[in-house]
Amino acid sequence: MKVKVERPSVEFLRMYLRNMAAVVASVVFFIIIISAVFVPLFLDVDPFEIVWAPITPPGQEGFLLGTDNLGRSMANQILFGARTSLAVGGAAATITLVIGLLVGSLAGYYRGWVDEMLMRVTEFFQVLPPLLLSMVLVALFSPTLETVVFAIGVVSWTGVARLARAEFMRIRELEYVKAARSIGSSDGRIIWRIILPNALPPLIVTAALTVGAAILFEAALSFLGLSDPNVMSWGKIMGDNRDYLLEAPWTVIFPGLAIFVTVLTINLIGDGLNDAFNPKLRER
Amino acid sequence: MTTPLLDVSDLQVEFRTRRGVARVLDGIDFSLGAGETLGIVGESGCGKSMTALSIMGLVPQPPGRIAAGSIKLKGEDLLQVGERRMRAVRGNEISMIFQEPMTSLNPVFSVGDQIAETVIEHEGLSRRDAMDRATEMLRAVKIPAPEQRVREYPHQLSGGMRQRVMIAMALACRPQVLIADEPTTALDVTVQAQVFDLLKELQENTGTTIILITHDMGAIAEMADRVAVMYAGRIIESGSVSDILEDPHHPYTRGLISCVPHLVPDPPIQRPTLLEIPGVVPPLTDLGKGCAFEPRCGNRMARCVSEKPSNFEVGPNHIAGCWLAEAGAST
Repeated sequence: MKVKVERPSVEFLRMYLRNMAAVVASVVFFIIIISAVFVPLFLDVDPFEIVWAPITPPGQEGFLLGTDNLGRSMANQILFGARTSLAVGGAAATITLVIGLLVGSLAGYYRGWVDEMLMRVTEFFQVLPPLLLSMVLVALFSPTLETVVFAIGVVSWTGVARLARAEFMRIRELEYVKAARSIGSSDGRIIWRIILPNALPPLIVTAALTVGAAILFEAALSFLGLSDPNVMSWGKIMGDNRDYLLEAPWTVIFPGLAIFVTVLTINLIGDGLNDAFNPKLRER
Repeated sequence: MTTPLLDVSDLQVEFRTRRGVARVLDGIDFSLGAGETLGIVGESGCGKSMTALSIMGLVPQPPGRIAAGSIKLKGEDLLQVGERRMRAVRGNEISMIFQEPMTSLNPVFSVGDQIAETVIEHEGLSRRDAMDRATEMLRAVKIPAPEQRVREYPHQLSGGMRQRVMIAMALACRPQVLIADEPTTALDVTVQAQVFDLLKELQENTGTTIILITHDMGAIAEMADRVAVMYAGRIIESGSVSDILEDPHHPYTRGLISCVPHLVPDPPIQRPTLLEIPGVVPPLTDLGKGCAFEPRCGNRMARCVSEKPSNFEVGPNHIAGCWLAEAGAST
């Protein structure tokens, strides 16, 4: 007689597992993370070290992915580069989310002059070309990883802010927010404990996509040479080898492929999250 | 006479709109003792809900503004105290249940969490004790298997159950005043009766004062001790429930009562027409000099256009704001 109703988290997981692409992407992404974190711990090598003759094609002399124009192992470079790309991507996405959420939630909840002010600031950042602004920021300060993370975060939070604002504006008018106010909840409690959990689904999806975008951004900056030259990253490998594209195409193809696969898996995961959060949209 | 529990006097609330200032509440007066039930009736837009929001201190400002008046809870004027004190009052001394049980509960938390929230906020109980209180409250509002329901989410409950949860939430801190803003409008008739019975029973047990806002004369007849009829931001007639229902003086009150459809067993071929009050509530931005009900009134007189009627006493504790009532004349 009694219908068993699942806890929301269980139901969410079930919906997510129904999306095959997202499941495969999660597995691949998990493998990428594990290898980026653990392999360099056990593999006692320096990715900058010259190990063999320059421009050795993949598979020869025991070098799975060949060597570059200086004779450095491509496989080592890509493994170590993964750490940078993922770490920078993750950190930049976190900054993006924190700024975006803070600005968006305050603007959407308080409206009025707070909203006006914050939105003008958001628009100011929105009209600046993001790549140009971040290049200027990195060039202005020293090209370290921290600067790169900061630069990416500063130029990409506007989308999150607008999304968060829209969600907060929608949810603040709902009855349960009024009800929360009528039992004496404070503004802070309403913003973080009542509205935020309800605004999270689209924000989590955006967060996933933001990580992918931040990885691409980092690759673009280091490809242009605007990153720490002492730290290996995928964009840097491609940038270093772009002059040898014809003689040694693998030196550009492999890191490019690494970026492509990583960003693709992240976007597929984002897609899967979206479907799991909005089961109704999927059935269309 | 002792100080009443809740005393609202000359409450005036204005809203700034693009078409000028709308006076949504124009001199509301009433006072309530412990354990009493006041029914506030009127059409949509007459200021019933705004009265409730004013008492809760939840009038959105701006665009709203409380222009004058006082709302005294046990002698303390709630319009003068700060937001901090107001937060302590809400949910603890005065609480409110809303019209839409479907959307009044937060979908991401279990109902137990939401009831516990109030108790933690006001009484500083531990999570565990608060959850016990939540279970106890669910039992008090007659939800079957409360130990189990307390962990369930709003979407797993029916409309009537959710309204019970709302009532449990509102009463969790044993407030002295409960404002029920059309608590049964969204529910089935059978469930409506259950909710009213529940409210009455809880009131008997706890001595809570209830302000019942509704447009349903039947609900008033069943629940209220006293009635205030509102029109265009004013109380145009108030009195005991029997005075209002049996001897209404204001043409609008009479209109409202005659609009209640009756069940006729064996209806004649020509069914009796449903009565209505012609016209709509006038825009609050231009109410003119006279009586706000004048354009729709069947008994209008020349002076209704030019002069606003004041409140005339037509019986003990029975007041009507109509020129017809001036001489105590009842038609």
